[in-house]
Amino acid sequence: MAIVDLANPSRFLRMANPAIPWLGGFTVIAFAFGISQAIMAPDDYQQGATVKIMFLHVPGAWLGMLGWGVMSIAALGTLVWRHPLADVTAKAAAPIGAAFTLMCLVTGSLWGRPMWGTYWVWDARLTSVLVLFLLYLGVIALWRTVEDPSRAARAAAIVTLVGAVDLPIIKFSVDWWNTLHQGASVFRLGAPTIDPSILVPLLVMAGAFTLLFVTLLLAAMRNEILRRRVRALRLMQASVAG
Amino acid sequence: MEGTNHLAFILAAYAAACAVVAALIAWVMLDYRAQSAKLAEFESRGMARGAAGRAAMKKAEEDA
Repeated sequence: MAIVDLANPSRFLRMANPAIPWLGGFTVIAFAFGISQAIMAPDDYQQGATVKIMFLHVPGAWLGMLGWGVMSIAALGTLVWRHPLADVTAKAAAPIGAAFTLMCLVTGSLWGRPMWGTYWVWDARLTSVLVLFLLYLGVIALWRTVEDPSRAARAAAIVTLVGAVDLPIIKFSVDWWNTLHQGASVFRLGAPTIDPSILVPLLVMAGAFTLLFVTLLLAAMRNEILRRRVRALRLMQASVAG
Repeated sequence: MEGTNHLAFILAAYAAACAVVAALIAWVMLDYRAQSAKLAEFESRGMARGAAGRAAMKKAEEDA
């Protein structure tokens, strides 16, 4: 089956309905393994036990950015190809990406207080992630404000593509500016700078959170398709009553 | 002990992450229940989308 065949919402539902419980089950297993790895991970020689916050903070940051990346691809699908599932994907991904970005901000703040002596500084990395969170809130508000889903999709797609500029700013902020936030330590030229005893639990937790992201995204897309069916039936009912 | 001193921050971070994940799961599940219930209500009134739905609506219109 070609990927474009999945563009049909009914076909998507037929695939998503059995896939969601399986993905949920794999997510639970991945978290059980990841949390056990996180508990057994040694303390960092500089940061002590607070390094365990990294197992939440870093996946939150990655998935916050992944969420906007998914929305950006969907925005192209909406504006260029008018893909039937593109605006459904974009709308479903926004609250999930916002939640992971919020998780990144809160856990980062709780990590910053014992390590930096402050919950917040207006450095480039922290500020650009806060901007991403505000962009998410803006797009969610846009979806809720414009009643016609296709008009809302086009407006949200334009904001999403403009907001995508923030993704490279987040990634390279620690290189372009002098920040209190540390530089890249996993995705960088050369090998990661983290010891394997901490890197492995981090990657396992990131995998578990990614599985959760995919499961939630499919479930939220299914909800959005059902919501649009309810809306279509209401309109049909209103046209008969009128 | 450094680890003990910072335990409150670690626990708070994990509690915050649990709250975010729980809120997301609850939002998705409750929304699914709500939309499914609305669709079931339409179906119980003989309304469905597609050709069958249009036929049912046409019949309802004629009956009216």
